[in-house]
Amino acid sequence: MIGIFGIPIQVLFGQLLLGLINGAFYAVLSLGLALIFGLLNIINFAHGAQYMMGAFIAWLMLTILGISYWPALLLAPLLVGLFGMATERLMLRRLAKLDPLYGLLLTFGLALVIEGLFRQVYGVSGQPYQVPALLQGGVNLGFMYLPIYRGWVVLASLVICLGSWALIEKTRLGALLRAATENPSLVRAFGVNVPVMITATYGFGAALAGLAGVLAAPVYSVNPLMGTNIIITVFAVVVIGGMGSILGSVLTGFGLGLVEGLTKVFYPEASATVIFVIMAVVLLIKPAGLFGKAG
Amino acid sequence: MTLKKVMMLSATLLLAAPAAQAQISDNLVKIGVLNDQSGAYSDLAGKGSVVAAQMAIDDFGGKVHGAKIELISADHQNKPDVGSAIANRWIDVEQVDAIVDVPTSSVALAIQEITRNKDRVHLNSTAGASSLTGEKCSPTMVHWSYDTYAQARGTGTALTKAGGDSWFFITADYAFGNALRDDTMAAVKDAGGKVLGSVSAPFPNTDFSSFLLQAQGSQAKVIGLANAGADTINAIKQAHEFGIDKGGQKLTGLLTFISDIHSLGLETAQGLVLTDSWYWDLNDDTRAWAKRWSAIMGGGRMPTSVQAGVYSAVLHYLRAIDKSGTDEAKKVVDTMKTMPVNDMYTKGGKIRADGRMVHDMYLVQVKKPSESKYPWDYYNILRVIPGEDAFRPLDKGNCPLVSGK
Repeated sequence: MIGIFGIPIQVLFGQLLLGLINGAFYAVLSLGLALIFGLLNIINFAHGAQYMMGAFIAWLMLTILGISYWPALLLAPLLVGLFGMATERLMLRRLAKLDPLYGLLLTFGLALVIEGLFRQVYGVSGQPYQVPALLQGGVNLGFMYLPIYRGWVVLASLVICLGSWALIEKTRLGALLRAATENPSLVRAFGVNVPVMITATYGFGAALAGLAGVLAAPVYSVNPLMGTNIIITVFAVVVIGGMGSILGSVLTGFGLGLVEGLTKVFYPEASATVIFVIMAVVLLIKPAGLFGKAG
Repeated sequence: MTLKKVMMLSATLLLAAPAAQAQISDNLVKIGVLNDQSGAYSDLAGKGSVVAAQMAIDDFGGKVHGAKIELISADHQNKPDVGSAIANRWIDVEQVDAIVDVPTSSVALAIQEITRNKDRVHLNSTAGASSLTGEKCSPTMVHWSYDTYAQARGTGTALTKAGGDSWFFITADYAFGNALRDDTMAAVKDAGGKVLGSVSAPFPNTDFSSFLLQAQGSQAKVIGLANAGADTINAIKQAHEFGIDKGGQKLTGLLTFISDIHSLGLETAQGLVLTDSWYWDLNDDTRAWAKRWSAIMGGGRMPTSVQAGVYSAVLHYLRAIDKSGTDEAKKVVDTMKTMPVNDMYTKGGKIRADGRMVHDMYLVQVKKPSESKYPWDYYNILRVIPGEDAFRPLDKGNCPLVSGK
């Protein structure tokens, strides 16, 4: 058997694929964060809580209303998005002219409150959520057994990431949005309702987090703390990619998933730390991040 | 017996009773439930343990030797410093006589030192560290429900003897996970099995697919999960997703509670083999108690083994105060050690010199969804493990109370 550093190549392929799958979650989550920061200058610490809400809403819909995975995939992000818009309109807007640090503190507090409420009502040990019938089972790829659902996660997140990128970079709406963040008063002079656009952008970012939550529900434990566990890593991904760089955060998300996957083969104990080591190195060499523009 | 003798005997008894009563300090027995009420262990212990302790007090009658029994509780947030501060305040200011439950081994070990030095009772139900009755044993402590040694012996020995003679471990990379893995490895080897490999996952960890793939590649017959809580849930959920159960490998959670199974759902958890110290659906007594507990707790939940253990420990503690006529810590615990434990939790349980309460453990398998007839009908009992086989032999723990060093 051909091997690299004593690891059979089959095993290596398997781990790389798994890394890509985890990278898919990082990519969708960091995309939302980068979007909100890049266009709104808000460091959204409530992102993890919004991710958790997405998963919980999907579970609530299934257990209380009997709504299955597929409609939930659309409805849950919609609800999280609406919640995000309300948050922006009622709270974040009041801090818009202040230092971004205030927005960070507000969203951090908000995340604690939301998680506390869910913990109070549902406890911490998590809720069951099955893989939808259509995506159950797996395929034997020869070098590993790939659950169909994991394949779907990679596919879905690729579509989401590319779609969001195209929306921001290639459409007229995206152009207006970018212009509005650059110079709000000028864009307003052209008759564009800038505050509504900002609210909608925050809502969209939150909805992306919610969508990642629904995607995660069948594979990870659906519990109130699930967001806290992943958000720190995602922040590191955004920092490495360059705060505010949309394509950068997506590429970094997938890339770091791969690096993490490899670490799990060669030195599993370090797999939780490797991303932060990379972050420290990147910050030392290129403080604006791999894809960020300095200054 | 002559009338004179009867009169004298009654007089002696009448005189003796107030004397005994006077030995209850402050004329109050105060019990403090110290556990995790907001974090990872709040479902398996938490408020449910407080309810269980209150039920024990109510069942005992609310008073012992005329002294009132009072219950208080606090959240130690799984932090040894927070737990120590609360325990010190309870003992120094609030006259707490016994500290109960105390999940999370690091906190439990801190409480062990405080209760030993300040001469208070420590009734531990939920912490796993077997050193509590080993090197760190204390004359005022009783370890009630389980420990890592018993979990490891129960599952490791039983599965190996049942043909699962090759093992692969996925271990949470911290003290508890490593202890659980090492104890289980020893049990597997003693039973004639072999260990094919082990991987240390960071703690906490969300995605286990990579480690599961390594376990799958090892072709071991049994995959042992030396972790707890959300880590175990994530690992089991993903093992199901990767078809590990269908591939003929057996998965076992070395420390899994019924609250974890509830959270996984039977569809995912079915077939899982585990060791537990108690199950609510064992017999009429346990069912009756569990239903009372559930009615107070609400939400349709059923108690975990460690919550039942809190009830049993508090009830036995009160019975010992009743018998000895004092709430002085060492005397009460000595009395507890002379009395067999008989209640809905266990029959004929014995407390050893090192503080270990020895009782039967249960090897169980999680039911298929089709076998489950009513809510929380989750386990088939595969085997009752006699206490003597489950727990570490008295002379193997290096407890100074035993060796007299």
